[in-house]
Amino acid sequence: MVNVMDLPEEEFIYPGTRACAGCGMALIYRIALKALGAKTLITVPASCLTVLHGMQGFCSTKISVYHTPFATTGASASGILASLEDKGLEDEITVLAFAGDGGTTDIGIQALSGAAERETNFIYACYDNEAYMNTGVQRSGSTPLGVKTTTTPEGKLVHKKNMPKILEAHGIPYVATGIASYPLDLYEKFKKARDIHGSKYFHILSPCPPGWGYEPKDTILIGRLAVQTGFWILYEVENGILKLSRASSRYLDPSKRKPIEDYLMAQKRFSQMTQQEIEVYKTYINDMWADINRRIQNQD
Amino acid sequence: MTAIEEKKADLNENIMILTGNHAAAHAFRQAKVGVISAYPITPQSPVVEKIAEFIAEGKLKARFVKVESEHSALAVCCAASATGSRVGTATSAHGLELMYEMLPWAAGNRLPIIINLATRSLGAPWSVWTDHSDFITIRDVGWIQFMCENNQEIYDTNLQAFKIAEDPRVYLPAIVAYDGYILSHTMMPVKLENQDKIDEFLPPLNHHINLSDISQVKGIDPVTTPHIVKRTEGTAPGYYEYRYALQKSLESSIDIIKEVHDEFARKFGRSYGNGIYKKIQTEDADTIIFAMGSVSSQARVAIKKLREEGLKIGIVSLKLFRPYPFKELREFFKDKENIIVFDRDIGYGYEGVLSYELKAALYSLKERPNIKGFIVGLGGRDVKTEHIITGVHKALDEFKQGIFTNETDFLGLRLDELSDYDESTYFKRG
Repeated sequence: MVNVMDLPEEEFIYPGTRACAGCGMALIYRIALKALGAKTLITVPASCLTVLHGMQGFCSTKISVYHTPFATTGASASGILASLEDKGLEDEITVLAFAGDGGTTDIGIQALSGAAERETNFIYACYDNEAYMNTGVQRSGSTPLGVKTTTTPEGKLVHKKNMPKILEAHGIPYVATGIASYPLDLYEKFKKARDIHGSKYFHILSPCPPGWGYEPKDTILIGRLAVQTGFWILYEVENGILKLSRASSRYLDPSKRKPIEDYLMAQKRFSQMTQQEIEVYKTYINDMWADINRRIQNQD
Repeated sequence: MTAIEEKKADLNENIMILTGNHAAAHAFRQAKVGVISAYPITPQSPVVEKIAEFIAEGKLKARFVKVESEHSALAVCCAASATGSRVGTATSAHGLELMYEMLPWAAGNRLPIIINLATRSLGAPWSVWTDHSDFITIRDVGWIQFMCENNQEIYDTNLQAFKIAEDPRVYLPAIVAYDGYILSHTMMPVKLENQDKIDEFLPPLNHHINLSDISQVKGIDPVTTPHIVKRTEGTAPGYYEYRYALQKSLESSIDIIKEVHDEFARKFGRSYGNGIYKKIQTEDADTIIFAMGSVSSQARVAIKKLREEGLKIGIVSLKLFRPYPFKELREFFKDKENIIVFDRDIGYGYEGVLSYELKAALYSLKERPNIKGFIVGLGGRDVKTEHIITGVHKALDEFKQGIFTNETDFLGLRLDELSDYDESTYFKRG
């Protein structure tokens, strides 16, 4: 178990990026790079992260970044890795793909699935702010039920895709969830993933003040509520074995979970939800946990 | 052995009977391509099947990324090229169209990627047969575009294409096209050159981008504004300046294309006109057929008969389609009377692309030749000698009458056979 004193002091993102105040993604990115270190190459599709990287001629990271069109994150990582293999450098440099939820669950799913099927030796991190935030908050395949976006003014009518499960079904050696509000958990998981050979997938919830409708100072608070209410479950699946992460393990017991209303009502994006929809959420969360519980029981 | 005997032995040893697709694959093997990524599509597939075979047999030490779409194939190529490897792929028709988003990306990023294109018509309706519709759709994205007429030319042009694309004065992607089936699946003798000689001609890639060198931190292709950005760390061009540089490199690449072609000719003893276009019996000709690929090949047969009729006719077969060699063409055509263009494509809504582009290129001549364009052979319809002959006669007749038009004129259509066909059934299907 790492504590904050164990984090390397070295930063790989320069201060003063173009990310919004309170951006969950910026925090996730910062921690991921600390865990992976300087011998990394990053590929990034169109996303908020492109904005963080800044304008022409300059780079806000101390690690080289390759920007790639929206649908090609998985393919571009394969290309970088293939070239490193061509040069015999594949064991020295970690390839990291970092994409948003639209770039992962929607337009990029095919290239990602292909890369995972080919057992490409790379880390793919999806930072999930649950809508197309960079283009002005349109719904994505990862937007949860009931969320108001600019293309779902009535609230989204269906649940989000379970992307970690989809990646698990590819039989890759490591799948983990994370959230910006638990940086040490993220740090440990990235460190572990770096040393595993094959495709590693992270699905990281990334609270977004302008898109979710809360004050920038509350990013950590909102993210913690997501975990404490059981809406977001932190776990890792290593070679098919699921393990709840420390921050989530106590919420296997439903009585320990905070009411889902605490999470939903703290954000403007859920503000028009009816009581009936909130009840649907309660069932949804219970079902998710029941699924996790079944798996844990069957593993023993 | 005498010098002649040596030459003979060398010839015998290295001549293979190859399809166009396999000629392309051998060129990739001998160019020592480091990363290949491709997706199967007819009629290209044998290129990458052969490459997979070379890798399995240890004859080529490349990484072959077998992707789930052509979009990913070119995305892999772009990323691998930016990481410093020599890369290439092959495709046809819908595959090329699926790559489309990545084509201007590769050009804008100045990545010397080579695509082999076995040409094929675009659906709908489905067709796997050749025309040049796929090839012409990518004319505005910033790639160097070659068209070949035989399998030796495919092999030779590939080797030249890598050298041209990787020249520091160029750094541009290039596409080497040849007619699907007509060349892709037809066997011809192809001389494969000695590996040492190829290594001399084509040294390893020295790339301007190399992400694998992690001592150099680079942010490749971030958001680039319409403005020049000045900061204490330095000055960065705006999008407009980047794209200006791309255009200027394309324009000036014509000289390098000629230079590399001439160097290849000196080293290996084979040349293709001036590397830009090939002239066939043009010396005394006042009338010129202008075409490319399979259409030029067929015209070679047609002019024999037309010359027997007493016509002074020759052919200019276009090898370099982009950058468009307007200066060279203007210089060549300035003294000619008649030009008849045969397009195996249409710029839909206008006319054949070769036809209207040539008209535009010759506009500045004081004495402009007569030009007429014909459409031929879409979707693999045979382009027959008689079609070319009919076209030439019709064009010359119209020129005499002073008829000049941009309307499309089709050769080889068989509308008369459709007399019992109710067109409305097509539009009211289902």
